Order: sequence, then structure tokens, then C-alpha cells
Amino acid sequence: MTEAAPAPAGASSPEPAHGLYLLREMVRIRRFEERCVELYSDMRIRGFLHLGIGEEACAVGVMQALNGDDAVVATYREHGHALARGVTMRSAMAELEGKVEGCSRGRGGSMHLFDKATRFFGGNAIVGGGLPLAVGLALADHMQGRSQVTACFFGDGAVAEGEFHESMNLAALWHLPVLFCCENNLYAMGTALESSESETDLSLKAASYRMPAWEVDGMDVVAVEAAAVAATEAVRVGGGPHFLELRTYRFRAHSMYDPDRYRDKAEIEGWKHRDPIDHLVQQLASVGSLGEGELEQIEQDVDAEVDDAVAFADAGTLEPIEDLERFVVTEAPGPGTGS
Amino acid sequence: MPSLGADMEVGKVAKWLVGPGDVVRRGDVVAVVETEKSTIEVEIFEAGVIEELLVPEGDEVPVGTTLARVGASGGTAARAPAPEPAPEPATKRRRSAVGAPAAASTRMIRSGGLVVSPVLRHLAERLGVDVHALDGSGAGGMITRADVESAGARLRQVSHAPMNAGRRAPVLGARPSPPPVRRAHPSLTGVRSSPLARRVADELNIEIDDVQGTGPGGAIVVSDVRRAAQGKLPEAAPSLGQSGEEEVPKEPGPDAAISGTVAGDARQVAMRRAIGALMARSKREIPHYYLSTDIDMSRAVAWLEQANVERPVTARLVVPALLIKATALAVATVPEMNGFMTGDTFEPSADVHVGVAVSLRTGGVIAPAIHHVDRLSVDELMVALRDLVNRARGGMLRSSEMSDPTITVTNLGDLGVDSVFGVIYPPQVALVGFGRVAERAWAADGMVGVRSCATATLSADHRVSDGHRGGRFLGTIDRLLQHPEEL
Amino acid sequence: MSTVTYREALRMALDDALRRDERVFLMGEDVGRYGGCYAVSLGLLEEFGPERVRDTPLSESGFVGAGIGAALGGMRPIVEIMTVNFSLLALDQIVNNAATLLYMSGGQFNVPLVIRMTTGAGRQLGAQHSHSLEGWYTHIPGIRILAPATLEDARGMLWPALCDPDPVLLFEHGALYNEQGELADDAGSVDLDAAVVRREGSDVTIVSYGGMLRVALGAADGLAEEGISAEVVDLRSLRPLDTATIVSSVVRTHRAVVVDEGWRTGSLSAEVSARIVEQAFYDLDAPVARVCTAEVPMPYAKHLEDEATPQVRDVVSAVHMLGA
Repeated sequence: MTEAAPAPAGASSPEPAHGLYLLREMVRIRRFEERCVELYSDMRIRGFLHLGIGEEACAVGVMQALNGDDAVVATYREHGHALARGVTMRSAMAELEGKVEGCSRGRGGSMHLFDKATRFFGGNAIVGGGLPLAVGLALADHMQGRSQVTACFFGDGAVAEGEFHESMNLAALWHLPVLFCCENNLYAMGTALESSESETDLSLKAASYRMPAWEVDGMDVVAVEAAAVAATEAVRVGGGPHFLELRTYRFRAHSMYDPDRYRDKAEIEGWKHRDPIDHLVQQLASVGSLGEGELEQIEQDVDAEVDDAVAFADAGTLEPIEDLERFVVTEAPGPGTGS
Repeated sequence: MPSLGADMEVGKVAKWLVGPGDVVRRGDVVAVVETEKSTIEVEIFEAGVIEELLVPEGDEVPVGTTLARVGASGGTAARAPAPEPAPEPATKRRRSAVGAPAAASTRMIRSGGLVVSPVLRHLAERLGVDVHALDGSGAGGMITRADVESAGARLRQVSHAPMNAGRRAPVLGARPSPPPVRRAHPSLTGVRSSPLARRVADELNIEIDDVQGTGPGGAIVVSDVRRAAQGKLPEAAPSLGQSGEEEVPKEPGPDAAISGTVAGDARQVAMRRAIGALMARSKREIPHYYLSTDIDMSRAVAWLEQANVERPVTARLVVPALLIKATALAVATVPEMNGFMTGDTFEPSADVHVGVAVSLRTGGVIAPAIHHVDRLSVDELMVALRDLVNRARGGMLRSSEMSDPTITVTNLGDLGVDSVFGVIYPPQVALVGFGRVAERAWAADGMVGVRSCATATLSADHRVSDGHRGGRFLGTIDRLLQHPEEL
Repeated sequence: MSTVTYREALRMALDDALRRDERVFLMGEDVGRYGGCYAVSLGLLEEFGPERVRDTPLSESGFVGAGIGAALGGMRPIVEIMTVNFSLLALDQIVNNAATLLYMSGGQFNVPLVIRMTTGAGRQLGAQHSHSLEGWYTHIPGIRILAPATLEDARGMLWPALCDPDPVLLFEHGALYNEQGELADDAGSVDLDAAVVRREGSDVTIVSYGGMLRVALGAADGLAEEGISAEVVDLRSLRPLDTATIVSSVVRTHRAVVVDEGWRTGSLSAEVSARIVEQAFYDLDAPVARVCTAEVPMPYAKHLEDEATPQVRDVVSAVHMLGA
């Protein structure tokens, strides 16, 4: 049963400056992802590539509720989360090109972006594999008396994995400060939610672990932000873990090499009408927060930033092969455990 | 042709959605491409005007091929996706596993390599046969065992060219083993021998084919080789290991542990006879010469006393340890004292395994080796010495300890003997003797005093060294004993 | 010196670790109120409280992953998995996360986690409770694997394992918990890297670890009565292996037998054997022998279980066959 909790306020318009900020953040992600398509076709990005085009509002919205010392655990579709969290576009792009200047030294690639400075714990390719990590990070915060929050992003596919249930249960049982953010884009790779779950109401599943759970319009960044802020506040003051079901949609296929046979073209088009960027633009414009030429300026700035990141990555270097075996074990002596 | 997946190599243009003259914007879908897995819409990343379609519908081209030329709607030539060289299909790039084969027609070639079984490859390698120079007499030109063996036999007739030890591919982390001086030819009849046996056979110049094997399944093991080496004697000295030596007569029980306390009279007699034979042979075959020198032991004795104060009783050092160590180190200066005489040739040994003469309770003397004495600290040497003497007296020695000494030290100091001129143990070439450490009158710096002294003697093989070298050797031992802390 | 059991030595190590550093805590099934499935953590909940001694639900993947996350977050967790058999449920977290995070993140995130598991057969617990899979784990780069076989190691391996900035898996053998012996009162941390020669010998090297050490020593006793001097090496660290100690022993004895409670195929004994051949080939006077568990799921009936697992007589036979 869902515990009584204040429902997030209706998506009222944000302050103009903040609104522009949200818009810029989403545009950054969108243009970054689009450039990745080009680079992948040109074979400068290899392996698997999973893009979050259409889902920008989820990452951007939730990140507004987090502080610098909170932790983020994400999935293999995490470029947007990394950028919104503060990983520089340069280090992300260099990572995708496998250069040592990348945030993971070129070791991880698209699915394994890691950044210590922003407490960005990946980048996980095992569906559901990051949830127990998030529980543990929150456990550490709890045991050390810190009021930090761990935001854990995962998709609707993860809900089928045992680790989802073990993690939800453990977090709720031990009352840990985790914000579970399920980006429900209705498909786990090619499997529709309705063909995989007996109960497709994901918030209900969370509620069965006695966890407060809200459904949120994942295409509305303002709504996502409002929900995330309310939820993290509750978590931070000791309200235990919370669950947000962010209802969203990915405009492109699962990965670069997915013919998207399992989705109806009309369905995709329908969701494209709810493009989160367009939606915010309209919202801001309608209350006069979007000035003449401001959108163009944003686009220009972002293009320049993306160009710069690509140039940086292209000019990057490959990790020397002599370093192949480094970082299997820690190199510097680790911090000793007390005396 | 864009890359649309990690394993995509080619794509077919199924349908063009634009034609020359069409204006395109970034992101427009311009073609439908078919791949092994599915059909994909391909978008363009340039803006401009289509000038020419370079790949017609229905053609399959490698990833990276330019599909169309786009002109900028303004005049400057826009860049189509840069053509990348198509990745070579894996089959073309497989390098042939061996060098260029000659006369290929009769040989089965698969993936550029020969079809030769691993066992035959191994055999060929051992015999120094190049499989590629062979004409296979088997079905389809396959190389048979007979082909390899006959080639090997031909080789043996021509020369005893050893296999190139350097060709052995290094194994990661392998401890470099000393390349054998000459590799013994393994038997062509399939008799098995252990790597150690083969190595030692090589070192001792034993024809391994001639050795009788007593190891598992009749394999030749190192004790068999050593026995063969000593077996050039009229009667081999019985080794006191447990590897199934059969020479000792009337042995009670099939696998009786050989223990000194259980030795019967028969064994004693046999041992005496064997030692006697060895000594006789030594005197007969080895031209001995003898040298002696008195060594001032006062520093060594003083150091020893001090060192022992710092050690528990069980770890206390004794003089023989210093003498043995000094001997081992002195070998570096005069290597002709350390090694084996095989036939007419002296082979100096890189290792210094010092045989230590031990008298047995039941009478008789044996001189088993402590290995690598030059590398042991005095404390380690002490431990080894104590252990060796115990086991020697308990009859629990290993055959390698009996056959490995490269030089022997005999110390009769305990018995009050001043000096001992010993008989060299063949195939060694030197024996160092030490008498007791006793106080004697000693003249030094123009004064007469009393010092602890011992007499060191050398019995050496005149075929290998002369008095000059022998003197140098003893001199070095003397010098080393003046700096006991450096031993 | 006091007489203690292997179990008590492990408990002393846990107690000591919990006392020394507040970041250390123990987490696992039944470690608290039950006192530990094998009574290793008996009394620790009462002493240190439920925050430091945490009972978990039956969620191996969940709580092992939580252990990894807690380590990432600055704690020093000791996660107990009841047996190595159940660890299979947490294999994803151990292999895909704990072992790889440091490397995958380009050196940013190390995981200072200790996982303890019970391994081995010998108590008629059947096929799903008797695996010896520590050899399997040694395949994975990024984790350290330890197998304490003696009281000193049971007492002394935990603290240095906690001090290691990278994940450590500690395999306790189920049949050793009741073993008694003398332990120095001031016994403390031990070295984690070196294999140790537990018994010197000159005719053959017997390599073993964990629960098999006593089998190896028992065999060495029997062989000594026959006049065969066996040297027994206790591996202690299964990954990384102290190859130097193994090889230097074999170079002296020229014969080797590896005793491993895992199944023979693809086992740790195969790895040890390969290394001996790689590095001591020219000193071998006989092939390397292996004594392992028969290739069967572990049977329940005692006579079958005994037949399946390496016994002293099997090791002695193996030595005989080498012609030592």
C-alpha cells in the first residue's frame, strides 16, 4: 500500500533562468546523442551504443534534486545521466572513442562511463545489476550518519530481474536513503512491458515493498524535477527509500543495430509529438520566458560544445598497451583501516 | 555505407529515397539499406544537394563505401562520409602457420599449414627433422612416423647436430633453465625418459638409449642415469636413496626402507667392497697431486664465538660450516677444482655442490652433496649440514645427493687428525681436507705467538690442474677464512 | 598458548576487526540472531549490536551487491555467504561488479570488500551443499582468493584482507571448524601472499590447501614410515598463486602431487600443474600427479562421499606411482 506522501505539485512553470537552464541541459544531451549516431556510423564509436533520445527529461529533471555529494547509479543508456550529472562532454566523448582521456580511460566505452568527482557510479551493462550497488552506497551513508541520497536509474526491464526485488526489499527493510528512478519506456530491448510483467503497474510493485511510489510524466522535465525534489527531500530527512516511475519513451531503437521491428511506427510518432524539448520550449514561450533568439543561441552554444568535445576526442590518445594490466588491483596503497 | 552494428561488414542499398538534384537536410532519411539481420533506414548528416548516386539499388558494398556525392547548396563541396578501407575478411588475413611449403602438390595443406600430428611434430623436433622438407608417404601426402624416423636416422648418420636450443619458444614466466651442453638423442623406439633424466644424461655424456629404466612404466628416471654413470665402475657404489636400487643383495622385503639402523651385515660388506673399488679406481685412473697449507683460524674462531652468542643453541655454527663455505666460494677463483671428468674431458660445473665426507656409525665413509653451497648463507649451510649428516647416518639420503657433488670436503678435525690427504671421488677432480683447529706457535710480524690454526690440504687431478692452480685455490680458501663475516 | 578451534580462531579475527575499525561490519544470513550457521559469529551481535552485525534476507545477489556498494561508499564490509554453493546466486555481483569496477572505471573505484564463504565436503550434505568452487573463482582477475588451513591463518588472514583495497574472497573449510590446536595468545595478522612449506622433505612435493592440507600431511606421515620423505606445501593464497615457492620445492624434489578437493577438470590443480611444467620441466623426474574429487555430484551416503573425495591413501598411492 502506498504510504501517504505529498503528491508532487502540478507542473507549474519554472523561473525563467532555471527554465532556460533545463532547456539547455536537455538540448546538450540531445545533440550529443545525435552526434554519437554519426560517429558510430563512421566507426569512430564501436561496440554497443544505446541512446537516450526522447528520455532527456528524466535525467535532467532528477539531477536537479541531487547535491554534489549524492551518488548516482545508472544503466548502459547513461550518456544523458552522465552529462546532466556533470561529467564533461569532452571526457564522455573521449570515452566513447576509446581514448585514454575518457572518463574511464577508454576502458569502459559507451556502457561504462564512470566519474569519481561527480560520484557517478556507471554505466552498468547487467540489467538490474546496479540496484544492489545503490543499496550498498545508501547503506554506507546510513551507517556513517550522512544525509546523502543515492539515485538509482534503471529501466522497466530491470523490474523482471530478481535483483530488483532483492534490492527494493533490502532498501525498504533497512530504511535506506535510495531514490529508485525507473525510466519506464515500455520496452526492454525488444520486449514490451505487457509481455514480460504480469503486473505492469510498476508503482504498485514498489508499493508492495512498502515504499512510497509516484508515477511521473517523464516527458515533462518540470514535473520530473518537482517529483524528484519532493522525493529526495523525504528521503533525506529519513523517510526511507522512494520510488519514481518516470513514464517516458525512446525515439530511437534500443541500440544502433536494432531494426525496431517490435514497435509500431504510429506509436513512435505519437510519442514524438510529446518531445520533452519541444514541450519545454512551448511552455517557456507561452509564459514569455523564452526570449527572441535565445533558443538559437542555446543551439549554437551546444553545437560548439559538441564540436569541441568531438575534436578533443579525435585528438585524444590511446592508452599505452604496456598499461594493459594496470588497475586490475589498486596501485597506490589503499587507505588503511585505522591503526 | 554506415556501420550499423559491431559485426556489420557489408550492406545492400535496397532503395534510394532521393535522387540527383534533391535537396537534403541533416537527419533526412535518404536510403533503405539491407543487412544480414534486417532492413534499416539510413540518414544523412550533411545538408546540401544530391549530385550523384554512386551505388545503384541492389548492390552490396562494404561498410565505409561512399554511396552518394553531395554538393553544398552554395558551391563548396560537402564531404561525404569518408571512405574507410573495408575491413579484410578474416579468412584472407590468416597468416600461414609455417613457412612457404615446397612442392605443395602431394601435401595436404589446411589453412596454409601442414597436417602433421602433434606427436610427430614433437618427434621431428627431437630428431632435428624439418617436417616441411619431407615428402609425406601417407594418404594424401600426410607425413607419417616412418617418414620422420627415417629422416632422423639419415640425420644421425650425417652428424650429431643438436637441436637448436634457442628455438625453444619462451614461456611466460618460465624460469630460464641452463641450456644443456649437448642434447642426448632420445630413443627412436619410444622409450620414455623424464626431462630431468635427459638433462642429466646430457651433462654426464650418457647415451640415454642405453640406460635401463626403472621409473613408472619403465621410464628412465634420473637415478637410472646416475647409476649408469657410476655403473662404468666395476661395481657401482650403492646409493642410499629409496628409488628402488636393486644392487644390494639379500635385501629383506621388496620395498624395505633403507635405514642405517636396519642395515644387515650383508649390506655392510657390500658397501665396503664398493667403496674399496671406488678408491682403487680413483687411484688407478686419477693422477693425484697433493698440496697443503696452514691457515690462521684465529679470526674465524673469534667470529664464530661471537656469532654463536647471538644464536640459540639449536642454530649454533661450527667450524666445518665455515670451511665448507670457504671452499665453495674459492671455486670461483679456480674453477678447475669444481666439476666432472667425463672420459678425457673436464666439464666445469656452474653449480657448486659440495660433497661432505660423513663417517657412518657402521663404518665407512660417504660424501653426499649439499647443493649450491655458494648461494647459502652460513646459517642455511649449517641447517643443511646438520640435516645431511643426520640423514646420512640414518640412511635416508637421496640419490642425487650421492651423484651430484662437484667437489668434496673432508674434515677429520674431530678425530684429532692434523692433516688428511684424501682420495678424490671420481668423477670429481678435487678433494679438500681440513685437520683439526688447534693452538700452535705462529710467527707473524716478526713475533712468535700462539694462534688457532688448521691445516688445509688439497688432492687434485693433475690432468685438470697443476700445483700452481692448486696453490692458488688453497690460498683463496685461506684468504676467505680471514674474513669470516663475509662468508 | 591456548587450545582453540578453527571456528574460535575465526571468531577472534572477526571480533578483533569489529573492534579495531568502525567501518568494519558483518553482513549475511543468520550471522546475528542465529549466531552464524557454523557458530562462527556467535556472540558478536550481542557485543556489537545490529548495525554492525546485520542479518540479511535470503538475497545473495542483493546483499553481496550491497556489500560492494557499501565498500564503494567508504565502509569495510565483511559479507558472509553461507556456503560457496549459494555464492552462485551472487556470481553476477562478484564477477561483473566487484572484480571489474576498478578496471572498468579506469582506476577510479576500488572495492575494499571481504567475502567469507564455507566450502568443501565431508559432512554428508549432498550435492548442493558440498561444492569446492574456490578453484573456479581463481579464474577471475581482480579478486584475491585465500584459503586458511591452519589456526594461525584462520586467526590472522581477516585483518590484512580488510586492509586490502581490493576484493578478497576467504574460503573456510566446513570440516575444519571443529579442529582444535594450540594458538599463541598474541597471534595476529599473517602474510597473505606466500605459500608455506608445512613439512620439509626431499623425495616429492605435495601441494595442497585448505581442507586438503591435513590429507597431505597425513599422507606425508604415512610415506615417512616407508622411508619416503615428502615435502608439503600449503598454498594459502589461491589467487595470486605463490608459484616461486611451489617451483623451488619441485626443483629440489623433482616430483609433484597436487591435492585439490575440486573436480579435476579445469581445476586449480590443473593450473598448479601447468605452472610446474612451465617452470620446472627440466627438473621433473616424473609427470605431475593430481589427486582430486571424483567427477560426480557429491553423494550423500558416507562410503560414497569418502570414495569421491581425496583421502590419505589416494595421495600415498599417487606418490608411489611417481616412483618416489
